[in-house]
Amino acid sequence: MDILRFLVDGLLIGFVYGIAAMGLTLIWGVMNVINLAHGPIIALGMFGVYLLFTNLGMHPYLTLIVVAVIGLLLGMVIYVIAIHRVINAPHLSTLLATFAVNMIIIGLGTAAFSTTPRNVDFSLGSIQLGPITILGTRVVAALVAVLVTGGLYLFLYRTRTGKYIRAVANNRTAAELMGIPSARVLALSFGIGTMLAAIAGGLVATFFPFTILAGGTYELKSFVIGVLGGLGNPLGALIGGLVLGMLEGIVPYFMQTTWVPVIEFVLFVVILLVRPSGLLGGKT
Amino acid sequence: MSTTDVELVEQGGKVQDAAPAVVSRWRNPGLWLTILGVLAIGLWPIITQNAATREVFLFILLNVVLASSLNIILGYTGYVSFGHVVFYGLGGYVGLYLMSRHGAPLWLAMIAGGLAAAVLAFLLGKAILRLRGAYFALATIGVNEAMRAFVNNFEPFGSATGLSLNFQVYNNYGGALQALWMTYYILLALALLAVMLSYVVKTSKFGLGLMAIREDEDAAEVMGVVTPGAKTWAYVLSAILPGIVGVLIFFKNGKVLPHEAFRLHFSIEFIVMVMLGGQGTVLGPVLGALGYQRLRGYLLTSDLFKNIHLSVAGALLLIIILFIPAGFVGWLRHRFAILRRFLP
Repeated sequence: MDILRFLVDGLLIGFVYGIAAMGLTLIWGVMNVINLAHGPIIALGMFGVYLLFTNLGMHPYLTLIVVAVIGLLLGMVIYVIAIHRVINAPHLSTLLATFAVNMIIIGLGTAAFSTTPRNVDFSLGSIQLGPITILGTRVVAALVAVLVTGGLYLFLYRTRTGKYIRAVANNRTAAELMGIPSARVLALSFGIGTMLAAIAGGLVATFFPFTILAGGTYELKSFVIGVLGGLGNPLGALIGGLVLGMLEGIVPYFMQTTWVPVIEFVLFVVILLVRPSGLLGGKT
Repeated sequence: MSTTDVELVEQGGKVQDAAPAVVSRWRNPGLWLTILGVLAIGLWPIITQNAATREVFLFILLNVVLASSLNIILGYTGYVSFGHVVFYGLGGYVGLYLMSRHGAPLWLAMIAGGLAAAVLAFLLGKAILRLRGAYFALATIGVNEAMRAFVNNFEPFGSATGLSLNFQVYNNYGGALQALWMTYYILLALALLAVMLSYVVKTSKFGLGLMAIREDEDAAEVMGVVTPGAKTWAYVLSAILPGIVGVLIFFKNGKVLPHEAFRLHFSIEFIVMVMLGGQGTVLGPVLGALGYQRLRGYLLTSDLFKNIHLSVAGALLLIIILFIPAGFVGWLRHRFAILRRFLP
């Protein structure tokens, strides 16, 4: 029965991994940029929830809304300052530009918060389901993740702006010819990507301790998931997240936990080699 | 990019007068200036016999080696090897393993480290160099992280606690103090070698093939460049010296740990150096390494920036990427056409 508990735990965390990766993969899909500032933004999401909860006493799930809005605005600012100028340059430029943003955030964050671990002292008790115990915070996190995914889907497929984003992702030049303001659409897409990262960070903060550097791990996981589900495919990211979460749940059952990253990254490289379009197919 | 176009045209010009080019290749004042520059940097601590400056300059020379090597795959071939530190880390591990577990001498360990890095690059080259653009960059990150996670669990390499050298080892090299100086001399020699290698590759037919790949891989293939082979060998060439210096540096430190050997951040730092100085040039990585390390030293010690040194460095990097993407040397070459002859 132990394995079932690990599996459920892994699956629930997988939802959160999924939305972190969705942010990364959305940005990649729309503008072919790999956002190396993804990790620090996840960390900022964690600190957003932490600061609002401990200093202002806001309810953690209410703070997520604030964190989401700040994440959206921050992403748009980052796009305008750091990325717009090099959006058509070779990949190295955008990689390094987002990495520069990463350095700036980590530098300021370390100065402001030091690197001592923090945690959000919040609990929702636990649910007993037959032989397995599930932490309430994890269930809510998974629910929020599903809601966010649904919201994103509705936004992309049922609104005009969402249509713009898909058009720009599909063919930027053609979209511009159709009168779509591509610069604004790109800024918005980048903002949505960072918003998802910030929400994921905020959710993680409700059940794991963290530092300003903690986002790096989730960033790397997001890469793995993104490739797993096919870069540029938001729904694939959620499924990839679930796969990774389950993997993390099951592997410790058979071997030492420290082998988990080995398996993850080997899988990552192998998928890149064998099926760069991801396990779920999608566009290359 | 316009600068690289200009470069190709100019390189093309060189090919036309191929016969004298072989001789004049060694008469390029830019090469000798670069060599002299590295020598001047390298000899300074030796002349002053100051241990503190030696440590600073050791780090600069290390970065000259790493940045110049990376430049072969990144600058000439246009493939962004984001996890290049994997060769440095693997070399260091193989070398220290031989020294600590089998009592191998330093020279043998260095050769083994370089060889291990070359073999890894060859195998990886066969596999991941098929990927283009960002996919390749992502794959190199994945390889580095996989290697780090693996070494973290690999018992012969000491798992998470790493490998350490018995202090007695240094007695074979005339004591610890002497060993430190010896490390420095070897590193200086390797830095000079790295610059020479970088220049030889750039001015060779092989190098022209690499630059053709950078500009347009499909076109290069049509023109007769055997792209898979050329890319793989470029990758191997860019991996050997990092493998060797890995052994040297971890020999000097006396120990090696997984998160130190395969630190992704370090990898990105030497990409920054190449960009700062000018990718695809011989002088660029040298200037970039020097500039970056001096800047870093200044930021770390200044009262004003000490706490946010990372942010200041990030902001500077961003300014360079946005406004001077060709780097310092690239900008000079672009701005002053006459310098193109002298700045390889």
